[in-house]
Amino acid sequence: MLKDIGKNMNNFKQNLLKKRYNAERRFQWYGKIAIGLALSFLAVFMFQIFSKGYSAFQKTWIVTEVHYDKELLLIDAENPSKDDLENADYYDVAYKAMTSLDPGLPEEEDRQLIQMVSYKYETEVKDLLLKNPDFLGKIVPIKLTASDDVDQVHKGNYPRDIPEKNRRVNDYQLQIYDMLNERGDILSEFNISFFTSPDSREAELAGIASSFMGTVFSILVCLAFSFPVAVLAAIYLEEFAPKNKFTDFIEVNINNLAAVPSIVFGLLGLGVLLAVFNLPRSTPLVGGITLSLMTLPTIIIAARASLKAVPPSIREAALAMGASNMQTTMHHTVPLSMPGTLSGTIIGLAQALGETAPLILIGMVAFVNTIPGTPVDPAASLPVQIYIWSESAERGFVEKVSACIMVLLAFLILMNLAAQIVRHKFEKKWS
Amino acid sequence: MNLILVTFIVLLAFTSYYFGRKKALVIQSSQRLTALPKFYGYYLAAWCAAPALIIFILWSVFEPSIVKTFILQDYTDQNLTKNELQLIYTKVKALALGNYSGNITNFLDASADKYIQLKGIANSAKVAIILAILIFSLSYAYRSVQKNDRMREPVEIFLKWVLFVASLGAVLVTIGIIFSLLFEAIRFFQAVKFFDFIFGTHWYPAKTFVRDGQPDPELMKDAFGAVPLFAGTFFIAFIAMCVAIPIGLLSGIYLSEYAGRGVRKYAKPIIEILAGIPTVVYGFFAALTVGPFVKEIGNAMGLEVSAESALAAGAVMGVMIIPFISSLSDDVITAVPQNLRDGSYAMGATKSETVKKVIFPAALPGIVGSILLAVSRAVGETMIVVMASGLAANLTMNPLESTSTITAQIVVILIGDQQFGDPKTQSAFALGISLFIVTLFLNVIALSVVKRYREKYE
Repeated sequence: MLKDIGKNMNNFKQNLLKKRYNAERRFQWYGKIAIGLALSFLAVFMFQIFSKGYSAFQKTWIVTEVHYDKELLLIDAENPSKDDLENADYYDVAYKAMTSLDPGLPEEEDRQLIQMVSYKYETEVKDLLLKNPDFLGKIVPIKLTASDDVDQVHKGNYPRDIPEKNRRVNDYQLQIYDMLNERGDILSEFNISFFTSPDSREAELAGIASSFMGTVFSILVCLAFSFPVAVLAAIYLEEFAPKNKFTDFIEVNINNLAAVPSIVFGLLGLGVLLAVFNLPRSTPLVGGITLSLMTLPTIIIAARASLKAVPPSIREAALAMGASNMQTTMHHTVPLSMPGTLSGTIIGLAQALGETAPLILIGMVAFVNTIPGTPVDPAASLPVQIYIWSESAERGFVEKVSACIMVLLAFLILMNLAAQIVRHKFEKKWS
Repeated sequence: MNLILVTFIVLLAFTSYYFGRKKALVIQSSQRLTALPKFYGYYLAAWCAAPALIIFILWSVFEPSIVKTFILQDYTDQNLTKNELQLIYTKVKALALGNYSGNITNFLDASADKYIQLKGIANSAKVAIILAILIFSLSYAYRSVQKNDRMREPVEIFLKWVLFVASLGAVLVTIGIIFSLLFEAIRFFQAVKFFDFIFGTHWYPAKTFVRDGQPDPELMKDAFGAVPLFAGTFFIAFIAMCVAIPIGLLSGIYLSEYAGRGVRKYAKPIIEILAGIPTVVYGFFAALTVGPFVKEIGNAMGLEVSAESALAAGAVMGVMIIPFISSLSDDVITAVPQNLRDGSYAMGATKSETVKKVIFPAALPGIVGSILLAVSRAVGETMIVVMASGLAANLTMNPLESTSTITAQIVVILIGDQQFGDPKTQSAFALGISLFIVTLFLNVIALSVVKRYREKYE
């Protein structure tokens, strides 16, 4: 009897222990699953962006023949000068170059062929002749930028089996495309113009040069405004500030400022920089100042932390040698804290680089089709460009957005790497 | 003009630095120096640049408003409202700068002439005053250099003031935020009743758009009810938290308590990448991938799902917030003293029992603080909502429908050209200040909770 109870007890204990161990294992699995989920989100995300975007680095060309006929170009002179070529009429020549792809086509259907190339094809025809004046009067092969619909078909991003009326490329155009493709007259090359040309309403011509320059200018302005003020403020708060209510207030202020939503800074930029100081709208100057207000607390916090990390023995040694407080700080503490401060600054700038909302509010969403040369020219920035393109309906922009995201992420990764290198290479380890 | 003046001051400061240093070397031949020679240079340079630049900045800030009052003096007898006066002033300025298009009245023309004249006077006065100040302060400083006064102390006091002024920068930004928001918000509340704003249930600001004249007050009353926006904001933040809290907290616990050194070393920074991705990228992802995905699943289950659902925006926002919660709670849990764990193990508790019954309660204040910070982040998040959730402010609690948030409406209202003085534009500032207050409130609580928690274990 007693033995039985003991056995039961033992069983009970064993069961309980088993249960507890099971609970333990389950709990560990929850943790693993949570981390796995977080990592897989990142993986799915990266996969999506890369699989959608890599094709934007390829540009599709249609190869055809162009006849630089003097008569059609309306050139009279025997030996035409550069000016004559510049002012010639390329409309007919370019038109013929495209329609010659299918000579049997009735004239009223010609538009279907013309639509297969980008609307700037006339300029491309002109540029080729300007570069090679001896082509005049000859028939030469030429590469024309394919329209973004043909481009998408060629990259396989566009379903061909849906009904014709839902397609932007009709059956006839597909037929021509297939014919050209078979002949090898559709070329895919690395898309340099994506990096060198400004924004455009046409997906096949749009590039990131304008927004890239806008980003560079805003970041430089942001650095110029926030870095000196932040470092000086950090030095004061860490080394000189007396401990009183007012410096406490400044400190609380900085901590709270670091957590204010970025869009509020956009409202500040709009309400003060544009409305009161009348700075030029849509420019990297205003964008940079707005971003600098945002990065200010980040840099102050980083700079203070790295000032704090300089051991007191350094200060004591300098003071013992007769240096004043200011000399100790400026000659010893601040230089030693610089690696930490710099890496904090780079990280703050990387955050500012990805900001979109404040820049939208100060008008950096304007359509800009020139490359800005100074910080007071209107410009967009890379994140804003992503927003602008993702709002357009054309299919060709989807891959452009993904490619732009890749460029932005690459930029961010580089900055973070730089921050790491600065920290690990130059920081002195105490202890 | 201004640029030339500033360059001149700066160049003069540099010259006076070298001059001062040289002077010190001359003094050295006859008497003992009170400081290193470069301090003589700094002293002169500081006296040269600081007063002149301060006057220059003050002048530049106040000049426009003074000119404005002079110009508008001529219009005081016409009984105009503030907005009309502002309009007239803008016209006068445009006319004077030569980029005015519109019919020019004699009155405007006279004012423009006066404007140009006043500007001319102001400019020459500015140059004269600054030159005078430069001469005065330089000669004063030069005299003390000649007298061989103490040089290092004044320079260091000056530097300290520069540092102090820089540290006021952060305070200035806060003041700027509060004033710019308040200024427009107060004007908004003159047109729309405060209670109509915070208790109204209908947000439709486009309704108040009228080309000429004032909008109908009846329309105004019904157009700016912000309740749908407040509800939408917290609803989407709530969805985000439903995703972020379990995943973030569990991974934080796993990383701090279970993970080996290798896993921790790699997993933590990789998860933190999620926080470094710009929000516009998340927005694109939510709009293009998650939104249609949610819609497809919903349709397959026979539910009606909007393409721009609150669920998609909230879920993606949750993913963005995971690293905030995981890193912060990881830090908080690591800060729990080891002897609490040891005590629990000694009593025979398993690891998970220790986590659940000892460590979690001990770390709770810190965890709550980090969650509050994450909520404030979610409330202030803009681009994901703008791109992935709708822009129409529906008052709904259905995660499959589209809703809008405070931040999204601010963007919608202010994108493109704004007209100051329009209640629609001003409403964005009213929304901005409510957003600012909410996040400030959350942050203050969170920071004080975290701070008290840290003090407890330090």
